[in-house]
Amino acid sequence: MTTAAPAKTAPSKKKKGNSTLAKRLKRCWPFYIMALPAIIYFVINNYIPMSGLILAFEHYTVSGGIFGSEKVGLQNFKFLFTSADSWIMIRNTLLYNLAFIVLGTVIAILTAYFLHELKSNMSRKVYQTVILFPGLLSVIIVSYLANALLAGDTGFINMHILRPLGLESVSFYSEKKWWPFILVFVHFWQMTGTNCILYLANMSAIDPGLYEASSLDGASRWDQLINITVPCLIPTIITMTILQVGKIFNSDFGLFYQVPMNSGAILDVTQTIDTYVYRGLMNTANMGMSAAACFYQSVVGFVLVMITNAITRKISRENAMF
Amino acid sequence: MVRKDTKFQVADHIIMIIMSFLVLFPLALLIMSSMSAEADIIKYGYSLIPKNFDLSAYKYIFAEGSVFRSYMITIIVTLVGTLASIIITTMFAYTLTVPELPGKSFLSFFVLFTMLFSGGLVPSYMMWTQMFHIKNKIWALLIPNLLCSSFHIMICRSYFQNNIPKEVLESARMDGESEFGIFFKIVLPLSLPILATIGFMKALMYWNDWTNSLYYITDKNLVGIQALLNNMLTNAQYLAQSMDASSVATDSASIPSLSLRLAIAVVGMLPMIILYPFFQKYYMKGLTVGAVKG
Repeated sequence: MTTAAPAKTAPSKKKKGNSTLAKRLKRCWPFYIMALPAIIYFVINNYIPMSGLILAFEHYTVSGGIFGSEKVGLQNFKFLFTSADSWIMIRNTLLYNLAFIVLGTVIAILTAYFLHELKSNMSRKVYQTVILFPGLLSVIIVSYLANALLAGDTGFINMHILRPLGLESVSFYSEKKWWPFILVFVHFWQMTGTNCILYLANMSAIDPGLYEASSLDGASRWDQLINITVPCLIPTIITMTILQVGKIFNSDFGLFYQVPMNSGAILDVTQTIDTYVYRGLMNTANMGMSAAACFYQSVVGFVLVMITNAITRKISRENAMF
Repeated sequence: MVRKDTKFQVADHIIMIIMSFLVLFPLALLIMSSMSAEADIIKYGYSLIPKNFDLSAYKYIFAEGSVFRSYMITIIVTLVGTLASIIITTMFAYTLTVPELPGKSFLSFFVLFTMLFSGGLVPSYMMWTQMFHIKNKIWALLIPNLLCSSFHIMICRSYFQNNIPKEVLESARMDGESEFGIFFKIVLPLSLPILATIGFMKALMYWNDWTNSLYYITDKNLVGIQALLNNMLTNAQYLAQSMDASSVATDSASIPSLSLRLAIAVVGMLPMIILYPFFQKYYMKGLTVGAVKG
């Protein structure tokens, strides 16, 4: 925004404008030095890989490298999208994310509501501390916890729930049907505390007068939740949803790779684009398709962010991200 | 009315207690099982009440060199990474608050764009391994994807903008203080809350990271604690295979592999459990400013 300043100066004062720019540059050099490490980092970590997306159009060979390998046009994409894998991983990625977005918003708001409505500040703090805690754990630890519950021969569910009830034990790591529920549950187990904080903060900012006025009118708690709390949270809901929709082709690699312990038997319900890309990358024969999936994820993700942001700008300008 | 609210409060507490129980149960299961005898876990499964209380797995952690080494690697990487990251992030965020800086809006866009578009894993992996030859180097645990994130720059920038009085900076300039001096002697000391916020978030990222190790490290001497746990989960005999026979007197058959990996998992969570109460306030602050616009 401020860079436009030198250009704005009138043509007759051009000389003066230039000298002030020179002066400003001279005065500002320490700031450029401060910015330099981060600039170098972003160029390497973020911008060079963007150009590396060209890999999706190449038949990669070690001798050719990233930019010198044989160009094969859309061949990688053709292979990718004619394979059964692509449909499965795209379906899984989208459906899990849909569940995370829709259910996640409801669960986060309800959790925030129940925390907010507690009269005792002390117990609110205790519950909040507990519920937030799983967000600090690594996916590795989470998969240990899941394993303690699910393991076939030692897991808590098999040994202490199913067996005493006389039911047959379940070998979770090879049965597909459980995993959509397990993964969704694990996701919410870990993230609900983190996700509800924002809603909780926004709830505390709602004018208490609104609630007082409505309870004088005889509104029930439910009426207040639906007619006051939720409407006040709508801007936050929109912002969070845009952020998540923009990432709808991304998935938490750890959750889908590590929690099912990389088990091949349940790949149909645990494979997402990220796990596919990683598996392809580690197996050079699949490198081209992996690069194509990666390209697809990056470009479609980018387009989705732009579209959702543009729509939000149309509906309510102040909720758009940029 | 009052009676009705008491009912609601009771229901509310019950819901929260159930949620807290769901959160704590698996953790308790893991911790208690790590303290039971190996044979009991194999025979009776994971259990909340150890049949035979046995801390040998924990003793083993201290006796066995490779666990300790992994732990030290993670500690060093976390400390160095967090510190470097704080400096790089805050310096850049600060320049974005200098009103007369030529090129400021370009720099903002430069950072924002990395949030919108990324090359993804394949190009990054190829670049780090082919151009920078980072495979099996300690840098692989410090640099890729972790060092500096646009999100943290954004929250630092908005903190600096709203909490550092311009007059203080101006008067320091009048006194002939250099810009670096102003930044390190005035801006940073005035920004301790946001430093605590991003410092804790960064430390968490470094402590919990295992993907960089998965992608770039095959050398058994360079695995951090999370990667070690990962290897042990997928391969129960990992530790027995990886240690040199000379370092431990016992033969590999006597290693309590199951309870040992649970004990390592508990020890792996420990620093965060200890730091959490002190940083919770700042951490939550970071999560709420998360929705700031770019």
